[in-house]
Amino acid sequence: MDYFAQQAINAVQLGSIYALIALGYSMVYGVLVMINFAHGDVFMVSAFFCFLLLLFVPAPFVVALIVVMLATALLGVCIERLAYRPLRNAPRVSSIITALGCGLVIQNTTLSLSPYSQRMPELFHSKTWQFGEITVSSLQVLIVCVSVGLMLALDFFIRRTRYGLAMRAIAQDRLSVPLMGIPVNTIISMTFAIGAGLGGAAGVLYGLAYPVIGASMGMLVGWKAFVAAVIGGIGNMRGAVLGGYMLGAVEVLTVTALPSTYRDLVAYSLLLVILVFKPHGLLGRPSVQKV
Amino acid sequence: MRFLQIPPPRGALVALVCFALSACFAIEKFNIVDDYVRFILITLGINIILCASLNLVNGWMGEFSVGHAGFMALGAYLSAIVSAKWLVGTNPQWMFPLAVVAGGLLAAVVGLLLGMLSFKTRGDYLAIVTLAFLMIVKSGIENISYVGGPRGFLGIGNETTLLWTAVWVFLTLWVIRNLVYSRYGRGIIAVREDEIAAGAMGVDTRKAKLTAFVVSSFFGGVAGALFAHQLQFINPGSFDIVKSTEILVMVYLGGIGSLGGSVLGATVFTILVQVLQPLGTWRMVILPLVLVLLMLFRPRGIMGLREFAWFVPRREFPKKEEEK
Repeated sequence: MDYFAQQAINAVQLGSIYALIALGYSMVYGVLVMINFAHGDVFMVSAFFCFLLLLFVPAPFVVALIVVMLATALLGVCIERLAYRPLRNAPRVSSIITALGCGLVIQNTTLSLSPYSQRMPELFHSKTWQFGEITVSSLQVLIVCVSVGLMLALDFFIRRTRYGLAMRAIAQDRLSVPLMGIPVNTIISMTFAIGAGLGGAAGVLYGLAYPVIGASMGMLVGWKAFVAAVIGGIGNMRGAVLGGYMLGAVEVLTVTALPSTYRDLVAYSLLLVILVFKPHGLLGRPSVQKV
Repeated sequence: MRFLQIPPPRGALVALVCFALSACFAIEKFNIVDDYVRFILITLGINIILCASLNLVNGWMGEFSVGHAGFMALGAYLSAIVSAKWLVGTNPQWMFPLAVVAGGLLAAVVGLLLGMLSFKTRGDYLAIVTLAFLMIVKSGIENISYVGGPRGFLGIGNETTLLWTAVWVFLTLWVIRNLVYSRYGRGIIAVREDEIAAGAMGVDTRKAKLTAFVVSSFFGGVAGALFAHQLQFINPGSFDIVKSTEILVMVYLGGIGSLGGSVLGATVFTILVQVLQPLGTWRMVILPLVLVLLMLFRPRGIMGLREFAWFVPRREFPKKEEEK
């Protein structure tokens, strides 16, 4: 029992990070109906941003988090401006290919600049608390609190503010929204900024929890988060969070039951199985194709 | 480029194929070129097969598959098992084609299952499903110690000759040409243009999509088998998303929905990779960047939706008088 409680804590920690990244995938898909394959690599770069920042400035956690989130948001907006916006009216396949290409450009640039994994400097001095047989570190509490806080803030933003309303409106009907005086381009840039910013937060938290960072992280962790977004129903914010925590739990369970090399196999097989039974994910609504 | 639009004289195509095959035979027999050039030529042939077969799905059918490297992996591993474990010591004259066909068939069967799964819904689902498929194949192979796991599969015979590669290249181009200019192929193109309208006109869209996907995965598997017996060593890492992206670059560089474009794209890509060799990992920055720039400035590629007249089958019915 204690063993499972301990594993549950690990699962919540991993799931929080997945959920944060998955939100970025899901937001862009919800607004633009586009799979932003570059998002995983944006997450990876944000961990390197954090690494670079700490290399030069011994910033405290909150400052580092905010700076990295802003820098990553800027990167997300730049990618959208340069690569995705010119293709907005092109066939959907073109923007998927571009996203895939952008992701690989980012990944391989990072790989060329830093061929070996880097060790993240310590940003947060962690304490551990003992509850009977269960160990909880203050780092785990911090990761879960920051992620849940960001998720609640996002939920409030989308449901309660005018900008959130505009975002939801664009998701419903992109053609008639400009007629209502809503600046579509600004709102779409904002969506990318928020999505990338959440990815940036995930990058910092990931760097704290698993301090060895490398260029392949976008593929190993970021794409797993994409799986989480699809499982939950891509385009649906609550689905992304659900998918993230589910995938975290499944991965932790897999590692306890099987050799750790089965992690990817189980995660991607779970995706295929869910797509067979629920082609639109757990919380996704089937889209009606109009003629 | 006008001369490319002139249809070949009768028999010229057969003569060209015969000439090319005998040239390959002569090169093998008398060692006309050095090993490096031979290696590049075989790589070029494999790239043409990969590019033309992926073009069937991504170009003619207009869907987006990123799983071609996965089909390659299936073909490569099964053919390697057949030739290096099951039929070891038998005459390579008939053992090698058998291994290649076995690899292709496995890829085709898996392609059929995957297609049945992903064509339930339209849209980006093929991209998601093929991505998951690619990851499953890679991490699946890593966990099978029978084929060496993550360390890779050693001891594959050097069986991929220039002649065999050329035979498979011509077979691929012939099959895909005849498919896309047939009634089925017209159905596949109709699905790309408007799936609902195609269905309303009586095209069995599901069957058309499955046909294209299965043919494409078969030749993906064949290319993998040739690749395995060219390098004599395969590991799961060689069939990752980077490999898939390379094939995508070839397809979109040469031009979607065009066999001539596929040959051109594969040729330009193969040369480009050799030229950029000294750049090391920066090469892997330039290739996806080419893909992005192509999408931004020339989304259909060099030959997009056009075709060299030599790749168009001769019309068998006589033209009407007034057209002459």
